[in-house]
Amino acid sequence: MPDADVGAAAPLTAAQVDTETQRAVEAFLYRQAEILDDGRWDDWLGLFMPDGRYWMPARADQMQGDGVPNIFWEDLDLMRVRIRRNTHPHAWSQSPPNRLSHVVSNVVIERVAANGDLTVRSKFHCSEYLRYEVRHFAGKYRHELVKDGDRAGAYRIRLQRVDLLNAEGPFDYVIQWWL
Amino acid sequence: MRNGDRDISRLVEPDRVHRLCYTDPDIFEQEMERIHESLWVYVGHKSQVKEPGDYYTAQIGRQPMIMVRGKDGEVRVFYNRCPHRGAMLCSDRSGNAGHRFRCSYHAWMYNFDGTVASIPATNGYDGTRMKLAEGDAGLKPAARVDNYRGFYFASLSPDGPDLETFLGGATLTFDQLVDRAPDGDVEVVGDCFRMIQKSNWKIFLENQLDVSHPSATHESTGVAAGQVEREMEKRDGRKAPLAYSFISAFKTPIEDWVKFDTVGHPYGHCFLAGYMGLRPQDPDTVEYETLLKQAHGEEKGEAILSTDLHHVLVYPSLSVQPPLQQLRAIRPLGVDRTLTEIWHFRLKGAPEAIYRRALDYYYLVNSPSTMVNADDLHNFWKCHQGLSTEGGDWVSLHRNYGSDSERDGVLYSAPGTMSEMPLRHMMQAWAGYMGAGDESVGNGSGGG
Ligand code: FES
Ligand SMILES: [Fe+2]
Repeated sequence: MPDADVGAAAPLTAAQVDTETQRAVEAFLYRQAEILDDGRWDDWLGLFMPDGRYWMPARADQMQGDGVPNIFWEDLDLMRVRIRRNTHPHAWSQSPPNRLSHVVSNVVIERVAANGDLTVRSKFHCSEYLRYEVRHFAGKYRHELVKDGDRAGAYRIRLQRVDLLNAEGPFDYVIQWWL
Repeated sequence: MRNGDRDISRLVEPDRVHRLCYTDPDIFEQEMERIHESLWVYVGHKSQVKEPGDYYTAQIGRQPMIMVRGKDGEVRVFYNRCPHRGAMLCSDRSGNAGHRFRCSYHAWMYNFDGTVASIPATNGYDGTRMKLAEGDAGLKPAARVDNYRGFYFASLSPDGPDLETFLGGATLTFDQLVDRAPDGDVEVVGDCFRMIQKSNWKIFLENQLDVSHPSATHESTGVAAGQVEREMEKRDGRKAPLAYSFISAFKTPIEDWVKFDTVGHPYGHCFLAGYMGLRPQDPDTVEYETLLKQAHGEEKGEAILSTDLHHVLVYPSLSVQPPLQQLRAIRPLGVDRTLTEIWHFRLKGAPEAIYRRALDYYYLVNSPSTMVNADDLHNFWKCHQGLSTEGGDWVSLHRNYGSDSERDGVLYSAPGTMSEMPLRHMMQAWAGYMGAGDESVGNGSGGG
């Protein structure tokens, strides 16, 4: 099974997605962006399923993440390494610490499974304050969300695919945090 | 400091180098001309252009070039410029040109050997100075193109040693890359990663051979990976994947880096011995080693596997890690900007697990989200910033100066040191290329 489709499946129509679900999904995405921008790393890890993954392909037309080069391909253990590294007092590239600011929009629900799991795509814009200068990233998200228990509107991420507009680079410097 | 050989020789001393070598824009232009646009520079691997018409663009010094495979199977390298009115010929990084190159401006067509295939309304050139029949108007080729075991280099100067002489002992790099494949061949995995460093290209080259930096620069990554590695082992009751050890290795205390010897070869090439312990006796490695020994025979197979290389620096354009099939090509963009193209190769015939192991390294160390090079690039930037100031003129390369030894034109760092011999060696070679001294020996030991 491919990790996610590249193309844009026809979205469900408004009649097929109830307003409540749409709003719950949007709230989830906004919360994720806020957690990232605020650097609340325990909360960040809590957004994902125990076997969840964050994936940024190295090419726009990439069909799978497993076994091929990626910009990001991280499970929770690697995320923990990244968090501890970037917050270590001797993480030199974090001097000064970079800061992110996300805007998430164009939230489209692609699929609602019978059990309430969702596939949702959206667009993001992220400004990064790095060494006292601002740079920008843009692209699209595709979240595979799993219903988190019976709580209404609660989800966790099975897979987040992040397609960067400029995936093929070149990159000025590196990307230190998830975008 | 402008031009003039004598001035360059005053900037490079056996044990220290003047900051202007890294920051002066005029010196940068000069080194592009005398080094990157004269020496053999890496262009690409044969697997980037498998079929006739496949092309791949690459920068050599300041010159944009195209590597293309012809219908005769031959790989050639041309300037990426249409001879008519000078338009760039290929504006895609890579692709397949079909039967011939076609310039987008006025539709002049070129064969893959560089000759003109057709020009619309060609009779307009009758009676002019343009002698099409005599080969006027063909694509300008690199002065020299050659490959060593499928790795293509070009030199934009007709003069100088042939490729194999130039590579000398550094041919071992490519032998190691290829011979580690049970099927005796490698191919690129996808496209390369492209990262820009805000620093002079030589700062990167020096870093590749600088054993006194990893435990200081990469401490945070070593500590973090080590912690998670231990937690995973406790949680899962088995060893963490080998990939974690690639980065937890950085917590090795600085005193322990003395065991990684360095070697300086003629023309500025340098070796750093290995440290990764890439021969664990897990089933995957055992299977791989068995396959390799079947392919090469026990003795040669063992010799290939036990060759202890971590980084090989092929001056002035490559840093290669043969045991992990990683290759970084350096493309200077300006005195303070350097593009690196980072490639990963697949060993044909090796088990999938061996490919995955190297892919993990490619991800952790060389991808745009690297937790390792993040701090290197940060420090390179800081070096360039510091060297641009008048806070001091000299860069110190004194560590273990005077204790290196030389045998048959090859330099060896004193065992058990973190000698800066390779850095001295490269800068001596550099001075030679720039017109001061003997570039081929690059005598960095400086005697007693
Ligand atoms: S510039 Fe290329 S055909 Fe005119
Ligand atoms: Fe480093």
